[in-house]
Amino acid sequence: MATLIDRRLDGKNKSAVNRQRFIRRFKSQIKKAVTEAMNGRSITDIDNGEKINIPARDLSEPVFGHGAGGRRETIHPGNKDFIKGDRMARPQGGSGGGTGKGQASNSGEGEDDFVFELSREEFLELFFEDLELPNLVRTQLAKVAEFKSVRAGFSSVGNPSNLDVVRSMRGALARRIAMAAPYSRRLHEAEAELQQVLAATPVDEPRAQALVEEIEHLRARVRAVPFIDTFDLRYVNRTKQPQPSTQAVMFCIMDVSGSMDRARKDLAKRFFTLLYLFLKRNYQKIEVVFIRHHTVAKEVDEQEFFYSRETGGTVVSSALTLMADIAAARYPLSVWNIYAAQASDGDNWHHDSPACKDILLKHIMPFVRYFSYIEITPDRHQSLWEAYEEVREVHPNFAMQQIDGAADIYPVFRELFKRRVS
Amino acid sequence: MTTSRLITDSSEWTFSILERYNEVIGQIAANEFKLDTYPNQIEIITAEQMMDAYSSVGMPLGYKHWSYGKQFVLTEKNYRRGQMGLAYEIVINADPCIAYLMEENTAMMQALVIAHAAYGHNSFFKGNYLFRTWTSADAIIDYLLFARNYVAECEEHYGEENVELFLDSCHALMNYGVDRYKHPAPLSLGEEKQRQQEREAYLQLQLNDLWRTVPARPSERVLSEARFPTEPQENLLYFIEKNAPLLEPWQREIVRIVRKIGQYFYPQRQTQVMNEGWATFFHYTLLNALYDQGYVNDGFMIEFLQSHTSVIQQLPFDHPYYSGINPYALGFAMMSDIKRICQQPTAEDRYWFPDMAGQDWLRVLDFAMRNFKDESFIAQYLSPKVMRDFKLFAVLDDETQDELEVTAIHDEAGYRRLRLALSDQYNLGSREPNIQVWNVAHRKDRSLTLRHTPYNRRPLHDNFQEVLRHLHQLWGFAVRLETVDEYGKVELVGECPQTRER
Repeated sequence: MATLIDRRLDGKNKSAVNRQRFIRRFKSQIKKAVTEAMNGRSITDIDNGEKINIPARDLSEPVFGHGAGGRRETIHPGNKDFIKGDRMARPQGGSGGGTGKGQASNSGEGEDDFVFELSREEFLELFFEDLELPNLVRTQLAKVAEFKSVRAGFSSVGNPSNLDVVRSMRGALARRIAMAAPYSRRLHEAEAELQQVLAATPVDEPRAQALVEEIEHLRARVRAVPFIDTFDLRYVNRTKQPQPSTQAVMFCIMDVSGSMDRARKDLAKRFFTLLYLFLKRNYQKIEVVFIRHHTVAKEVDEQEFFYSRETGGTVVSSALTLMADIAAARYPLSVWNIYAAQASDGDNWHHDSPACKDILLKHIMPFVRYFSYIEITPDRHQSLWEAYEEVREVHPNFAMQQIDGAADIYPVFRELFKRRVS
Repeated sequence: MTTSRLITDSSEWTFSILERYNEVIGQIAANEFKLDTYPNQIEIITAEQMMDAYSSVGMPLGYKHWSYGKQFVLTEKNYRRGQMGLAYEIVINADPCIAYLMEENTAMMQALVIAHAAYGHNSFFKGNYLFRTWTSADAIIDYLLFARNYVAECEEHYGEENVELFLDSCHALMNYGVDRYKHPAPLSLGEEKQRQQEREAYLQLQLNDLWRTVPARPSERVLSEARFPTEPQENLLYFIEKNAPLLEPWQREIVRIVRKIGQYFYPQRQTQVMNEGWATFFHYTLLNALYDQGYVNDGFMIEFLQSHTSVIQQLPFDHPYYSGINPYALGFAMMSDIKRICQQPTAEDRYWFPDMAGQDWLRVLDFAMRNFKDESFIAQYLSPKVMRDFKLFAVLDDETQDELEVTAIHDEAGYRRLRLALSDQYNLGSREPNIQVWNVAHRKDRSLTLRHTPYNRRPLHDNFQEVLRHLHQLWGFAVRLETVDEYGKVELVGECPQTRER
């Protein structure tokens, strides 16, 4: 009479589509909430979901309903000491006195915010939505020089080195069977008949003679079917697929001289994190190279980059030279998209700044997709800023900003990477 | 001997245990309590699937719409935070009747859900007159499937956004897309002929030439301009589907889909107390029968009673978590009370329910289940004892008065008033504003005029302007809403698009 069905193995995300539609529908509100959330929280934990508040009235679904007022008599349970004719003041708001509107509200009357959780993916998607990496346009992908040879079945023409022996032999065997088939069949019949004729007494000599001749003739025909034919040959077919370069390398350059204190390093770190996350969304593979410098530059790992303590003077050009060397040695342009982010407090040895400019112009800017520089200082700019300003004039993919607090990072970030009209 | 009947003493369930429970409960329900049910289809699902089912208002398949996503997001949030346990059952009024069991439940809980949903709700769906009239259980699944595919097809042809916005507008009026009264079936040729003959014979009887000498008054007819529709229409969506001038065929079909689904849920909105009361009463009765016959042990019963008690708990009005009358509690109390009145009537019961006292309780209860909805069920069966047990009292909130007044309590003088007021509280007509299509200015600007007749002077909720906007989307021309007050005075309260001069 009844059937028991185990549905647990069926898909569970039946509502995923509706959830997506809901998010799309209220995108503007949700995005606003995301932006607000960003301002309030540290960027290092950006890689999480986020709780989103939307005013309930924005997403209520209106229906005709009764408002407050008129005459209504409501029934409540749990009377203790009321008797007929008791009067009491009207409670203000929903104080839960039980004498207000006890009826279940039939519309979204509450003004509570609608709170829900965005997943990390959804959060970042919205966060990055109108940011796009500068110059990263589809045309770039279209004219990539990288090709990858991929297998694409078999073809009947090709060069000998691509010959697929197994395939070819299989085809030859099939052809041989097919072409010899009519002769083989008759051959078997003739042989069987010959046996019969020879077994019978007396032997029908003329008939046997004729059969022997026929058998020989047939054997010759079967033998004449060629073992392999050009028709059988199969070659491995390969086609070239354009291979968009989906990997990026990101150079993080930071000044760790004595003037960069803990707080500044922290700001720099957030900036790098943000850039990293952003690249992560656009490239399949990202490598990060950390270069820190005081008077000499050194490639380090992330831990050392952010946390080891070192002091000294400042020679920015050392880092730039190192970066140019590493890029040339390890990251060929045909395969890698190069990005660079530099954070500094603006201090530099006075005579080094022109050198920085030269290195940038000659060895770095032609090769990088984007170079961003942030100067973490509340003070006046020093020589490095002026040198960099000259670079900015020549290269549109060079950006520089000055920040002096955690609150500035996000706006700066947007400023740096805002969608460029191509 | 009894131990041999015991189904299981483990709290873990297996499929064979569930089958056994279902078999035994089904037998008891059919043989001892004469429950008439659709065949059951019991499905085991996970908590995630339960959330899915939840957010699509329990429909096993629905068309795609953001509002279900919103519901899902809400459910998910509450569940994740642990603010809300998921309902341990969802049952769908279909033939076969589909009941969902959540895999997390214990064996006891599964038995409870089987009794509650697969036999309680199921028999209610099959027996109650509202469900019999307004839903066709055997066709609903197919219809939902059709609806989903149709909407998906429209999205493909006309764009997701268009369809979604259109659905928004339809949803706003979903509650006004139901027929409350069955239209009489069209007459057959034979009946038509017979009526015509009767009419003729009747007229012949009334014939008196003197009447022809009475002068006619044609002016009156001309003055009152012919209205369209000739009678006010309460089914707004139906009216739009048939009469909106600018809708495309696919849009009419979508209006129809929303209307049909609204109609499908119409009985559920009106039988909450009865439906839950009936199901709760029978899970209680059935599981007790299981216990009496030795199919389950003491541990099972303790666990069951604990769960049952929390389901039928009624918080008093001054409790911080009080949120109105619990339909499970009220329904269960009333159903149990009917049984009590039949079996052990007191003098009071004999006075109040002379027809029921001493009768076969199963028959009386079955009659009540079949022929009533919440409103009439309460008006008919709410007994003084239940009112006393619940300590009900009525509070009058009249905006013309400064203070609230307690108008009736659970005493001799108040029983009838309490009962009437509680019944009214479940009257759909008092819960939803009475709004009907009044007129279409089909010779002028094609505007559509609705009339709202306030119930007890209750005004419309502020968001009616929003609803009018949706209605305007559907109608395509101006939409006006008028209110007729108790003295018959008509006042324009809203219109869309807004015009300057008003």
